[in-house]
Amino acid sequence: MARSTPIDRVAHRAAAATPPHLRARVRGISDRAVAWVFIAPTIALLLAINIFPLLWTVYLSFTNYRANRPNREVEWVGTRNYERVLTDGDIWHTLQVTAHFVCWTLALQVLIGFTLAWLINRNFRGHGFWTTVIVLPMMLSPAVVGNFWTFLYQPQIGLFNYVVAFFSGVDPSSFSMIGSVHLAPWAIIIVDTWMWTPFVMLICLAGLRSIPEYLYEAAEVDRASPTRQFWTITVPMVLPFLMLAVLFRGIENFKMFDLVVELTSGGPGSVTELASINLKREAFEKWRTGYASAFAIVLFVTVFGLASIYVKALNRVKDR
Amino acid sequence: MRRMGLALLGSTALIGGLGSAAEAEELTLCWAAWDPANALVELSKDFTAETGVDMKFEFVPWPNFADRMLNELNSGGQLCDLMIGDSQWIGGGAENGHYVKLNDFFEAEGISMDDFAPATVYAYSTWPKGTPNYYALPAMGDANAWFYRRDWFERPELQEEFQAQYGRELAPPGTQLELLDIAEFFQGREIDGKTVYGAAIFTERGSEGITMGATGALYAWGFKYENEPGSYDMEGAVNSPEAVEALEFYKTLYECCTPPGYTDSYMQESLDAFKSGQVAMAMNWFAFFPGLYKDPVVGGDKIGFFVNPGQNVEASTLGGQGISVISYSDKQDLALDYIKWFAQPEVQQKWWSLGGYSCHNDVLNDPSFPDSQPFAADFLEAMGNVQDFWQEPTYAELLLAMQKRLHDYIVADQGTAQEALDLLIVDWTETFEDDGKL
Amino acid sequence: MSATAHSVIEPTARERRFAATLIVIYALVTMLPLVWIFMTSLKTPQDSISYPPKVVFGPTLEGYVNLFTTRTRQTPEYMASLPPPETWWDELVRSRNMVIAGPSKFGERFLNSVIIGFGSTFLTIFLGTLAAYAFSRFRVPLKDDLLFFILSTRMMPPVAVAIPIFLMYRQLGLSDTHLGMILLYTAVNLSLAVWLLKGFMDEIPREYEEAAMIDGYTRLQAFRKVVLPQATTGIAATAIFCLIFAWNEYAFALLLTSGTAQTAPPFIPTIIGEGGLDWPAVAAGATLFLLPVLVFTILLRKHLLRGITFGAVRK
Repeated sequence: MARSTPIDRVAHRAAAATPPHLRARVRGISDRAVAWVFIAPTIALLLAINIFPLLWTVYLSFTNYRANRPNREVEWVGTRNYERVLTDGDIWHTLQVTAHFVCWTLALQVLIGFTLAWLINRNFRGHGFWTTVIVLPMMLSPAVVGNFWTFLYQPQIGLFNYVVAFFSGVDPSSFSMIGSVHLAPWAIIIVDTWMWTPFVMLICLAGLRSIPEYLYEAAEVDRASPTRQFWTITVPMVLPFLMLAVLFRGIENFKMFDLVVELTSGGPGSVTELASINLKREAFEKWRTGYASAFAIVLFVTVFGLASIYVKALNRVKDR
Repeated sequence: MRRMGLALLGSTALIGGLGSAAEAEELTLCWAAWDPANALVELSKDFTAETGVDMKFEFVPWPNFADRMLNELNSGGQLCDLMIGDSQWIGGGAENGHYVKLNDFFEAEGISMDDFAPATVYAYSTWPKGTPNYYALPAMGDANAWFYRRDWFERPELQEEFQAQYGRELAPPGTQLELLDIAEFFQGREIDGKTVYGAAIFTERGSEGITMGATGALYAWGFKYENEPGSYDMEGAVNSPEAVEALEFYKTLYECCTPPGYTDSYMQESLDAFKSGQVAMAMNWFAFFPGLYKDPVVGGDKIGFFVNPGQNVEASTLGGQGISVISYSDKQDLALDYIKWFAQPEVQQKWWSLGGYSCHNDVLNDPSFPDSQPFAADFLEAMGNVQDFWQEPTYAELLLAMQKRLHDYIVADQGTAQEALDLLIVDWTETFEDDGKL
Repeated sequence: MSATAHSVIEPTARERRFAATLIVIYALVTMLPLVWIFMTSLKTPQDSISYPPKVVFGPTLEGYVNLFTTRTRQTPEYMASLPPPETWWDELVRSRNMVIAGPSKFGERFLNSVIIGFGSTFLTIFLGTLAAYAFSRFRVPLKDDLLFFILSTRMMPPVAVAIPIFLMYRQLGLSDTHLGMILLYTAVNLSLAVWLLKGFMDEIPREYEEAAMIDGYTRLQAFRKVVLPQATTGIAATAIFCLIFAWNEYAFALLLTSGTAQTAPPFIPTIIGEGGLDWPAVAAGATLFLLPVLVFTILLRKHLLRGITFGAVRK
């Protein structure tokens, strides 16, 4: 490892002989300076593109500013925007829609993802290859894929309807996944589950593989049934991993935008209008910048709050 | 040394050449991606030939057009030098300083707004409405109208059956309720071994589709936005009994007589449904009619056109756009040159012949105009009684509210027509209050 | 070994077969939409919307030709007056009674995606590697807070972030520019990159650098000549993650670009043909756009888990 030239060695000996405060100068800049030089650009960029805008959003949320009316006088409206956001029935509706979407996608993805991981952990021949195949959808552009799913969901000509019709015998033109008020919320859940189940699966797989063999061996000695082993060893050991997966998916789906916009753009009516979609309408179509900023802050606080509580719970599970 | 000198000379020449190529003048025109845009590309070749100015185009499909272009304008972007923006944008374009005011330019170049059809000048150019303050030149006249399968309507067995069932001839409808009868008559019928449907109408949620479709019925029933023009007094106008009836009618039409899964359809879906032989009738903008008439499968003898039928009054929903110069462009003079060229009567004549709807009186008042195309007379009739949505600077907000209320009621089947319109007044009142108009 | 025929955690052959069957079925079903995209890209527009959906069809490159060109419909008389077509794509378009009017915008948009994707990835990796090294090796005051702050920037919905960015870029003239998008994607990706790279750096024993520094390397030399070579794999994996994110990003691109710097994701869904979306062209665009990511995913498969969990799970 210690490859060094004689000159280096001389320099080192010289450095060693000098008092510490001088040594640093001989060696070049100090570690502390290096640390700051290395971190500063990142912090600066994040300040400029994350923190400053966030503070600006907070400021805007107390005004009646409209980005499409730059010439209009900006008035300070106090907490009126927040009052309006919190009492707006349409906002509550979008939050309900979001909650429905988040809960169901999490439930399905955890269930299917865990099952898949459990099956893959049987280590059959070729499991590596098939894992990679299963993982592919989640790496793709949600907008492009979401857009294509509108084609798969077309009544009559769409593959999805046709496959369902083939297996169930109903007429493929008799239902429209993204057109029907009852089916559309499920249409977006299906696509999200298709895309993101592999995510949960991968994390669960890591959890399963982290379980030391001796636990099972000990259980076997105690003659614990496989079912019992599953509930007393497998599930508790995988739980922290599973909860981490749920955290990530929960945050992501709470802010879900691209996939659903391209799929249903919130329709029919407003049955799939997620919070982000509504926010986009308020901010970039109606241009109610102040109001939209207040809504954005409310969303941010919600996610942040829920995530913090959840992380506490997660740490408790981990420590157990 | 000498070789090096030569090389140096060569590279200077090259750089010089590149420089002049980059300086070649260029204008970017932004519009929607649809049939007339292709015609405009064709037409603009003459401008390039005359002036040497290259024309670049940025065409955005309708469902994204308003969204993208208003975003571009509001961000002060320099993508477009010229914009053929939708009629409702004129208020915002003028008040927020996106569009260049054209009065001085018109005066200097001798372009008179009297040479253009009054309805189009009013709708596409003026702000505040009806005042002689011009922010655009009428570029493309348009209204929502209908077309039908003439070959199906003319089948004797269908005619006989229709006569027996409804006691009148199977012909283009004279009223909205007659239109519903015909749509019902065709719905689910087998024609040439295929199941066909009554009518393709607008139900799109994302941009403006369902509003543009439903106002076709609303206006025909006598819908008004205000009790007194300019008063913003909407109670009793927007939710009048006639308006409720019209909205219920549109929902009935949607539920009974559209193709399956027709929940989010606008121009392209309507064209698709008609061209693939799925529907007997379809609504769409006049802009598509030249292309439809030329269609190899359903065009020619097989297609007929009719104006939006009246009910209590004769009325059509206005489409169409004026052409404006963007104030953020650094090539405004060149852009004005384009408008000057475009306003010439000969150019306008060619515009019409290529498939664009000229608004110039020389074209429209030409005695041969009504017979120049099978839909030309209908176009004149429609433009005589057009009505437009709010053109307020807050139009996007007003439109989105209407989109939501209509889609919730008609497609998502929530609430009643009365409730939808009552809620709409609440939404609109809030918008006008925020804007200081109420 | 114990008396049992197999190890207690080793599954039996039958269990394996059962598991393999289910997994293969799931994998095939999950691939179906992707296969369908590819198949649709090779169909004619008529075949693509046929009922019932066609599984067997005569493949054509029409979708790809339509993706890269704009076309206008002409009268038969005009078509007859044209000289014979020079290329196969000319011929293909003319068989539909159309002529090519010019290139479409797809090439430009794709190029924008490449420029912005690689530009932001390069910048992210440059800044992220430096910051990650500092966080990994030095005592930085408020380190945990800073790291958490870097992560929390990902909790904002992109639409919410876009509101002030829109106003800021309008002021600075950065709207719809490549530079603006590169800076934005860099800022967003930095959180991922710093967390991931810090993990990779933590795994490189400090003793290596210390030994090098005892041998007379300065801190910077040790970083460059000892740490960086060791971290190459990690940096490459992180880079690919950043690239995929920038490549796939939709919300910012939709809201902050309109033409000059617009990337492919907001553009592909707006490809329209004559009447309706031109599905084969959309599918062709999607195929070309998704393909690089498929390749990258396969390259990345060993680091996938780490990337998607911000380094929280390392396998």
